[in-house]
Amino acid sequence: MAFEKIDSYAKELVLTVQEYFLFSWRALMNLFSRPIYWADFTQQSDIIGVGSTTIVIFAGFFTGGVLAVQSAATLASFGATAVTGRFVALSMIRELGAVLTGIMVSGRNASSMASELGSMVVTEQIDAMRALGVDPIRKLVTPRIYATIAMLFFLTIVSDFCGILGGATVTVVMNHQNGAQYFSMAYEYLQFPDILQGLVKPLIFGFLIASIGCFYGMRTTGGTQGVGRSTIQAVVFASVMIIFSDLLVSILMVSIFNK
Amino acid sequence: MNENPESAVELPATDSKAAVVEFRDVTISFDGPPVLRDLSFSVGPRETRILLGPAGVGKSVLLKATNGLVRPDSGRIDLFGEDIAIMKESSMFALRARTGMVFQEGALFDSLSVRDNVAYQLIQERVPDEEIDTRVKEALLFVGLEHTFSLFPGSLSGGMKRRVAIARALIRNPDLLLYDSPTGGLDPVTSTTIIELIVKQRDFYKTPSIMVTHRLQDAFTMVTHRYDAEKNGMIPLPDGETDPNTTFLMLNEGRLIFDGSIHELVASEDPFVKEFLE
Repeated sequence: MAFEKIDSYAKELVLTVQEYFLFSWRALMNLFSRPIYWADFTQQSDIIGVGSTTIVIFAGFFTGGVLAVQSAATLASFGATAVTGRFVALSMIRELGAVLTGIMVSGRNASSMASELGSMVVTEQIDAMRALGVDPIRKLVTPRIYATIAMLFFLTIVSDFCGILGGATVTVVMNHQNGAQYFSMAYEYLQFPDILQGLVKPLIFGFLIASIGCFYGMRTTGGTQGVGRSTIQAVVFASVMIIFSDLLVSILMVSIFNK
Repeated sequence: MNENPESAVELPATDSKAAVVEFRDVTISFDGPPVLRDLSFSVGPRETRILLGPAGVGKSVLLKATNGLVRPDSGRIDLFGEDIAIMKESSMFALRARTGMVFQEGALFDSLSVRDNVAYQLIQERVPDEEIDTRVKEALLFVGLEHTFSLFPGSLSGGMKRRVAIARALIRNPDLLLYDSPTGGLDPVTSTTIIELIVKQRDFYKTPSIMVTHRLQDAFTMVTHRYDAEKNGMIPLPDGETDPNTTFLMLNEGRLIFDGSIHELVASEDPFVKEFLE
C-alpha cells in the first residue's frame, strides 16, 4: 500500500516536472514567432518593475544597513572596520541583492500571477480565450516571463545600489567612519566576476518566478480554494527554487572564475 | 453584426452540403471511466442541435470537444472538415476563431470593459478603434445592451453577462455557435430573453449551432417558435409546426441515447427519454 502511494507520487512528480519544462519551453519560444503581445509585455513590466520598486528600495537599504552593523562589530575585533564598504558591496552585489530582490518579487508577483491566472482558469476565462482563437500561453504567460526577467535585472541593480547606500548610512551615522573611505573600499575591490555573478542571477530568478507562478496558476483546479492552494504553492516553490538555483549558480561561477 | 436580414446571412466558408461538425466514435475520459463513450453525430449547415441530458452527463465536455478545448482519447472530430482530434493546439486557434462559444457563466474577462470583452477578437486582430466601436455597438444592440458599452462585467446581472457573452460570440459572424447552458441559473423572464436571442440568431443569421441545456422548456420554445423581423421578437409557429432545422440529441451516462426531431423525441420508447420528458 505504502509502496503504491510512493509509486504514484513519484509518477505524478515526474509528470509535473515534464509538464513544467514543456510549458516553460513553449512560453519562451513564443518570443520567436508571431503574434507577440508587446503591449502586455509593457503592462507587465510596469506592474512587476515599477510596482516592486518601493519594496526593493527599502529591502535593499535596510539589508545593507544590517550588513554594516553586523560586520562592523566583527571587523572591529580585527581592527579592520575600514573594509566594511568592501564587505557590504560584495555581499550585496554577489549574493544578497539578487536573492532578496528575487524573494521579494516572488512574494509579490509569483503569488499575483498564480492567483490571477488561477481565477481565470476556474471561471473559464482561459477556455474563453482559447475559444476566441487566442493562445493564453502566448498572451498571458510569455509577456509575464520576459517582463519579470527584464525587470528583476534592473530591480537587482537598484537593490544593490540601495544596499550599499544603506551600509554607508549606518557606517557614517552610527559607526562614525569616513564615508569616502567606505565608498572607495566598496568600489576598489569590485571585479568583473562579482558583477557578472550578481547580474546573471536575476535573469534566472526572474524566469523561475514567472514560470512557476504562471504554471501553478494555469493548472489550478478546485474553485476558489484551488486558487489559494496554487498561490501558496507558487510562492513557496519559487522561493525555494531561487535559493537552490542561487547555490548552483554560485558554485558554477566560483568554479569558473576561481573567486 | 447587421440588422438587415438580407445582408446578414453568411454561409460557413465550408462546402454548404458538408457537415460543419462531425463526431465519429468519440470517447473522452479524465483519469477514470470515460465521460463520453463512442459518440457519433453531426451538425449540418443551418442546423441547430439541442443537446439534452441531466447534469453531469458530459454535455459541456462534448461542447468543449467540438472546438478542441478538450481532446478525445479516441475517435475523430471534424470541425469545418478538418480532424481536430489530431491537430496541434497551435494550429487550432485559427479554426476556433471561426466558432463562437457562450460559456455557462458567460466567462467574461472581468478586468476588461464590456466593449473590450465583446471586441476581444477584433482587438487581437488590430482592427481600427472606430470600426471596433461601431461593431461592438451593433452587437450590443442585437442583444439589447447598448447602454452597457463602458461598464465592467462586475456591475452586470447574470442575465446581462450571458447576453454580453452572446454578443462577444457573434461579433465576428462565426460559422458555428456553441451555447453551454445559456439559461442555466436564470429566472424564467431572463431565460426567455436569452432563448429569444438564440432564436433570432438562428433565424436571422442561420448560423449552425449546438445548444446544451437541461431545461426542456427552453428546448421546446426554440423548436416551436420563430423570429419575426417585423415585430423584432419571437412568435409561436402555427399549431403542429416545428422548426425543421432544430433537432435533438440526448446524453445519458456518457452515451448518446437519442438523435432526432422533436416528434421522434416525444414518441421515443426509450425509458430514460420518457422519464426525462416527464
